[in-house]
Amino acid sequence: MTAPGREQRPVLDVVDLVKTYGEGETAVHALAGVSLTVAPGDYVAIMGSSGSGKSTLMNILGCLDVPTSGTYRLDGVDVSELNESQLALVRNRRIGFVFQSFNLIARTSALANVELPLAYAGIKPAVRREQALAALDMVGLANRADHDPNQLSGGQQQRVAVARALVSQPALLLADEPTGNLDSRSTRDVLSILDGLNAQGRTIVLITHEDEVAAHAHRTIRLVDGLVVSDVRRRDITPVGVMA
Amino acid sequence: MSFFEIFGFALRGVAANKLRSGLTVLGILIGVAAVILLVAVGTGSAKQVEDSLAALGTNTLTVQGGRGGDTGYRTDLTLDIVKALQDKESAPDVKSVSPVVTSAQTLTFGDASYDVNSVIGTYPSYFAASNSVVASGSGFTEEDVDQAARVVVLGPTTAEELFGTVDPVGQRIGIAGQIYSVIGVLAKKGSTGFNDPDDVAIAPLPAVQRSLTGYGPVSSITIEAASADAVAAAKAEITAILNAKMHVADGASSTPYQIRDASQLLETRTATAETFTVLLGAVAGISLVVGGIGITNIMMVSVTERTREIGIRKALGAPRRVILTQFLIEATLLSLAGGGLGVAAALIGANFEIVGIKPVVMPDSVALALGVCVAIGLFFGSYPASRAAGLRPIDALRYE
Ligand SMILES: Nc1ncnc2c1ncn2[C@@H]1O[C@H](COP(=O)(O)OP(=O)(O)O)[C@@H](O)[C@H]1O
Ligand SMILES: [Mg+2]
Repeated sequence: MTAPGREQRPVLDVVDLVKTYGEGETAVHALAGVSLTVAPGDYVAIMGSSGSGKSTLMNILGCLDVPTSGTYRLDGVDVSELNESQLALVRNRRIGFVFQSFNLIARTSALANVELPLAYAGIKPAVRREQALAALDMVGLANRADHDPNQLSGGQQQRVAVARALVSQPALLLADEPTGNLDSRSTRDVLSILDGLNAQGRTIVLITHEDEVAAHAHRTIRLVDGLVVSDVRRRDITPVGVMA
Repeated sequence: MSFFEIFGFALRGVAANKLRSGLTVLGILIGVAAVILLVAVGTGSAKQVEDSLAALGTNTLTVQGGRGGDTGYRTDLTLDIVKALQDKESAPDVKSVSPVVTSAQTLTFGDASYDVNSVIGTYPSYFAASNSVVASGSGFTEEDVDQAARVVVLGPTTAEELFGTVDPVGQRIGIAGQIYSVIGVLAKKGSTGFNDPDDVAIAPLPAVQRSLTGYGPVSSITIEAASADAVAAAKAEITAILNAKMHVADGASSTPYQIRDASQLLETRTATAETFTVLLGAVAGISLVVGGIGITNIMMVSVTERTREIGIRKALGAPRRVILTQFLIEATLLSLAGGGLGVAAALIGANFEIVGIKPVVMPDSVALALGVCVAIGLFFGSYPASRAAGLRPIDALRYE
């Protein structure tokens, strides 16, 4: 499938993905056969009306959920063949996930939240502290490192969540409506961080309702009732070189 | 991650949720303390009942003679028989033997006079055997018996009737024309039936014999067994000695004497002890259930929040083993803290009288309470966590 030389192996390679909730009469086909590939360095926006299956797709891509049928290859590896601890490793090293509802751990400082993926990766406390501070610095929150989530605004919380998603330097960043709960200013802050990350060669897939947000991406995929109805590229993929 | 680092995570988890941690510790504390204290109060009241039953004299036997019977020999209760009963060789389960003579007399003090129920002539051991405690002054001694001293110890009823508000100790009273010195007054026993046990005057046996009853046989012998459990053995020994002394044939249908014991009281005591054992078991069981439900409640309340937290941690790539270890350590820390504080609270609480009862802490109940409550704490602290750790991250995140 992958031509040797110029074209690179896709980061995401999804074939005929189906996800059905429930059984029989009441079954909901959240995904009805989705196929798509995403090359390294791409910046993809997934759009679609509410209930069209965007989150369902994203959760499967993030290895947080499993499909009913179909295959999902991440960096060429069929995810369905991984066991529990290998999946934990994939979630920890390969993927950074940003939730619409932030999902920071309560009563735990921003720094400790950002350190978590590094801790689970087995990195020594001194080193991970340094890296977590660098990640917070990158999202402009180094001065809020000691604040608990409830002492931060929504935009700041989401930036902490972005810092946490990128701190382990994953090649793939997935964001499910990362700006859905944010005002326009915080939205700009978060998007400029994502733009910067993509410029460094990181692959980003984000879900959004808003055209202005989708405009930041290089490619827009539209879902209707669990099926891909359009896939439009506006810009070329950022040349990769920074990321291996 | 090293165990040491996970331990640090657990400590931070406990510290980050001070209210929840505090409530969990409190739940276990109350559970443990309730079990220990309730059992201690139960044990204390059982002991109190046992003590008061013992005070009624479950150890004493009374031999009464003068029932005739034609053995052809003397069948009176004599001091010779008293000596024989005092023999430690043939009656090892007998603690003391007190011959008793009684006579109803009129006591006089100055112009006042009072018809006392009974003037008792006996030995000093009678006081212990009949649970007569000298409240003021003193009892009489072996020496007083040897010298036939005319000293007397009055029951509280007698003392009050004769002396009113005057302190009787050191006063001289007349008994059938003889002058006796009052050397002590007994503590109140309270009425146990038709007889007022407090309406007595107790004096050395020879003094009473010389001045009142004459040197004939004694009317009864009060015997104290070595312990409540030794009453039956003592009774058998006494029977053997009396049969030998009075030449009662083996298997005779009637004896010239009668031995009365406190077997009814003993039965009551045994029954009471059994009732209390059952009651204590029930109390321990109920308080364990109550404590256990409290702990379970507190632990379950936080399951939702913790399940979501576990979902987040899994989404960030936490290995299952790390999550389980962290939550098990948290549950262990909280359970041990709650259990330790609960034992401490119970031990402190047991120093105070509770509804008039001095609690007696049973080591078994401490072990039971700690064991069960800590086990419940551990289970409900780690089981939901282990379940959540087994879920797909998205299911844990959506948990409600
Ligand atoms: N856990 C679930 N159980 C049952 N149905 C679900 C579940 N999650 C999503 N769905 C259904 O699947 C469909 C797609 O949901 P979702 O992927 O969340 O849509 P979107 O994110 O595009 O709004 C919806 O009809 C929704 O009701
Ligand atoms: Mg959604």
